[in-house]
Amino acid sequence: MTLFYRLLPQPILSLVILALWLGLAGSVSVGQVLLGTVLGIVLPRLTRSFWPDPPRLARPGTAARLVLTVFFDIVVANGQVAKRVLGPLDRLHPRFVEVPLDLEDDFIATILGGIVTMTPGTVSVDIDRERRLLLVHALDVEDPEALIRTIKARYEAPLKEVFQC
Amino acid sequence: MLSIAIPAALFMIAAAMALNLWRLVRGPDLPDRILALDTLAINTIALVMLFGIILANAVYFDVALLIAMTGFVGTAALCKFALIGDIIE
Amino acid sequence: MSGEMISEAVTSLFVLVGGAFALLGSIGLARLPDFFTRLHGPTKATTLGVGSLVIGSMVHLSTQGNGLSLRELAITLFLFITAPVSAHLLSKVALRKLGLKKGGPPDAA
Repeated sequence: MTLFYRLLPQPILSLVILALWLGLAGSVSVGQVLLGTVLGIVLPRLTRSFWPDPPRLARPGTAARLVLTVFFDIVVANGQVAKRVLGPLDRLHPRFVEVPLDLEDDFIATILGGIVTMTPGTVSVDIDRERRLLLVHALDVEDPEALIRTIKARYEAPLKEVFQC
Repeated sequence: MLSIAIPAALFMIAAAMALNLWRLVRGPDLPDRILALDTLAINTIALVMLFGIILANAVYFDVALLIAMTGFVGTAALCKFALIGDIIE
Repeated sequence: MSGEMISEAVTSLFVLVGGAFALLGSIGLARLPDFFTRLHGPTKATTLGVGSLVIGSMVHLSTQGNGLSLRELAITLFLFITAPVSAHLLSKVALRKLGLKKGGPPDAA
């Protein structure tokens, strides 16, 4: 396991690079897979000093389920945003909501911010490092507490489980 | 079916781009304009993809990918310039 | 023949849904009242719309006998990774330039 992490300090990044390379090359031949693998090993090593301490993926199964949840939320809830954008604007209740974070790691907090931005109805605006807060702008919210609970239960808890922190 | 769907989608994208252009001209602030430019770039990708379907040519995907990359880098550069008045630290 | 019909129907559906969402994002951009609400449309609806369009064209071209091309997936992946990043950068610019407008938490300004 230590040899694995010495070779691949960021397995997810390596996989993304391999997938992107195969996508760009437009074929899945042996040569391209080999080249993509080499890039996936070399590039994370070259750019390691730019990354915050890479967290380790502890539960790939939960990660896959989280990806599915997020994808499902993106597709389904976009319909609700559609209704709000096209409907009467004076009935909208846009406001900022501060979500307290349990996450210690900056990198994981950034992933959470990305998820919050892509799921409809909310955009993450700022991460307050000192107070461990995620400033979120919500398009239409009646009950801020319920929104905070949803974000924490639906996205933050699985993220904590995935990275075991 | 496609002969109806594609012109319809082209029309919708064109309307979307007109709305973006309106926001770009109207402003009122710098972030609004950057956002409008970013959205224009993304809609251009959609337009190029539609041409790719009409002409049945996979080359358009490379064009779309290039626009996606330059669009993102452009947005990031404009944002950094607005934030710190400098693009490369 | 029927296989062709199905692929055409699927392509048409993806293309139409994609165009509709892209239009929706821009309507949001043009219509909503202040910058932070405007940010919602383009980051989500437009990204999803273009993603759907790209998948539609992937379905179309792969049934034309060109084989499954993965470039489209790369474009979709790229869009979904970069959209939150540019949204975050933009909201940072807006926070700096505009400050928190009405509706913000009182202590966050």
